[in-house]
Amino acid sequence: MDFSALLDPFASVQIPLADLANDFIRWLTSNFRDVFRAMKVPVKILLDLLEDGLRDTPQTIIIVALSFFAWQLVNRATAILTFVAMTLIGLIGAWDAAMTSLAVLVSAVLIATLFGLPLGILCSRSKLVWIIVRPILDFMQTVPSFTYLVPVILLFGIGNVPGVIVTAFFATPPLVRLTNLGLKTVREDLVEAADAFGASPVKRLWSVELPLARPTIMAGINQTVMLSLAMSVIASMISVAGLGRLVLVGISQLDMARAATGGTGIVLLAMVFDRITQGFGLTRRDRNGKGLWEQGPVGRLRGLLAGNRIKT
Amino acid sequence: MANEHPVNCCNLWKIFGARAEQALEAAKSGEVDKDEAFKRFGCVIGVADASFSVAEGEVFCIMGLSGSGKSTIIRHVNRLIEPTAGLIHVEGRDVMGLNPKELRELRARKIGMVFQHMALWPHKTISENVAFGLEVQKTPKETRRAAADDALERVSLGGWGDRYPDELSGGMQQRVGLARALAADPDILLMDEPFSALDPLIRKDLQDEFLKLSREMKKTTLFITHDLDEAMKMGNRIAIMKDGRIVQTGTPENIVLRPATEYVSRFVSSISTLKYISAVEIMTQGGTAPGAREFGPSTPLPALLKAFSEGAEELTIKDGDRCLGRIGSAEILETVKSDLARV
Repeated sequence: MDFSALLDPFASVQIPLADLANDFIRWLTSNFRDVFRAMKVPVKILLDLLEDGLRDTPQTIIIVALSFFAWQLVNRATAILTFVAMTLIGLIGAWDAAMTSLAVLVSAVLIATLFGLPLGILCSRSKLVWIIVRPILDFMQTVPSFTYLVPVILLFGIGNVPGVIVTAFFATPPLVRLTNLGLKTVREDLVEAADAFGASPVKRLWSVELPLARPTIMAGINQTVMLSLAMSVIASMISVAGLGRLVLVGISQLDMARAATGGTGIVLLAMVFDRITQGFGLTRRDRNGKGLWEQGPVGRLRGLLAGNRIKT
Repeated sequence: MANEHPVNCCNLWKIFGARAEQALEAAKSGEVDKDEAFKRFGCVIGVADASFSVAEGEVFCIMGLSGSGKSTIIRHVNRLIEPTAGLIHVEGRDVMGLNPKELRELRARKIGMVFQHMALWPHKTISENVAFGLEVQKTPKETRRAAADDALERVSLGGWGDRYPDELSGGMQQRVGLARALAADPDILLMDEPFSALDPLIRKDLQDEFLKLSREMKKTTLFITHDLDEAMKMGNRIAIMKDGRIVQTGTPENIVLRPATEYVSRFVSSISTLKYISAVEIMTQGGTAPGAREFGPSTPLPALLKAFSEGAEELTIKDGDRCLGRIGSAEILETVKSDLARV
């Protein structure tokens, strides 16, 4: 008997992982091509709608609307930041690319939320679901983001739509985790009180658990936004347009000007959307006891109207 | 049963742990006690063979130290916790036999609950908090609002409906908790250490207010506390718990004057008996005091003292026409002396 095989086992025994992966993808593409094509349709509709909308709207209106949105949702400082950052993006000549990136970003975040939020809720309800989902999330988060590109190209092709899909896939895990965490850490007696007053599980989730978990869930959305932007350069390798492509072309042609423009654009967008999405997670207490509509431009307007009513 | 009490629990057991059934068998046969059950089965006995009933309009206190199972027991009444064994009847219906929908209806309409740490929802206004039980039952918005305002008025918080819980002090928050329990006009109140998280003065205020409300509204109340003084003050009857078992059930007088076990007597040793002692217990039997004022045998000591302070030197204790005995200052002094020695 040859004992050397025991000392060096992997020379003779191996799992053909590479072949398996190959076969699996081939099997998927040959059997489910239509399914993957069909999946692209709604994504394309959403993306086109957003991109056309953003490109057709005058730049000034976008800047002002976004600034007011930031003021209403967060505060005046964020509104000023938004105004300055968006103006800068225009000034450095990255506007069009930024609007494409923004369309990809918003589509990806919407899709990630559409799947991540319900999955996170399911994970918090059922131990079994969490046991199954958890290793998948670990896998999704540890696999290098480049690695996603290969199966995406094979299944969906290249271009903006596959770019949205790969970005959404990459950005979903933290939302699932934080939704699950947020729901599991709601104060137990607040949940018990809902039960004690006869709430059904759905009612309890909707009017007690989700609102109380909102800050944590919104931290998840914030992570999704940040990861989507971080993905933009990588996604441009499968021919996604936007700021990421400027960076990629800049690197490959050693064109510092383009790389700097694209890079600055991404950083500015990231700052704006980081602050704005953080505003989603603010509670009444964070706003000094004011409700969402009692602050910002709407709050001022209401104050003015109320003042006039008193005068007349 | 036609005249069954509104809340009725019979031989209730709750054992936490994977091997609860085995532990239950062993505990029922008396083989294992609380510690032994944990060692042998890894199970914690929360409630052991507890039976009690709460009469209509009665305030029934369950008193015990932390870990004695009192908070576990109260959660069986609205089935927030499922028993391992035993019967629970609420208003004549077997709570264990209800389906989820019926159970939710029972909780929303029949049973109001107040929690130790208020458990108000911070994202809802005060009146949304108070009206939640009605919202769950899909009551129209205006009716809800009116009921919430009514309930808030009862706990003297009228006009606070549009505020949020964190704008209120602890005492006010617990009033809201009480209003929430009252809003759906349930017949039964479950109070889980409602006042223990409050400052002593505010606690006293709320106790007095609750007593007043309770007398007006005549809600059947199960009241949990770890404070014997509170139990004596609030309860028509008191059950004392230790290690998941009810060791004695009785009126405050009974508990103080006739503690059933060593444990109970240690507990009540700090409570003065003077308030609860009646004439028949301290009189000298036989003999009358000619011309003295006459009192019945169950007259409490404070009433006797009042007679003395009004100038009487001796009292005659009479049951109808029958003379039982007499009380002079010697008997009174002896009583006070032994009470002081007891503490």
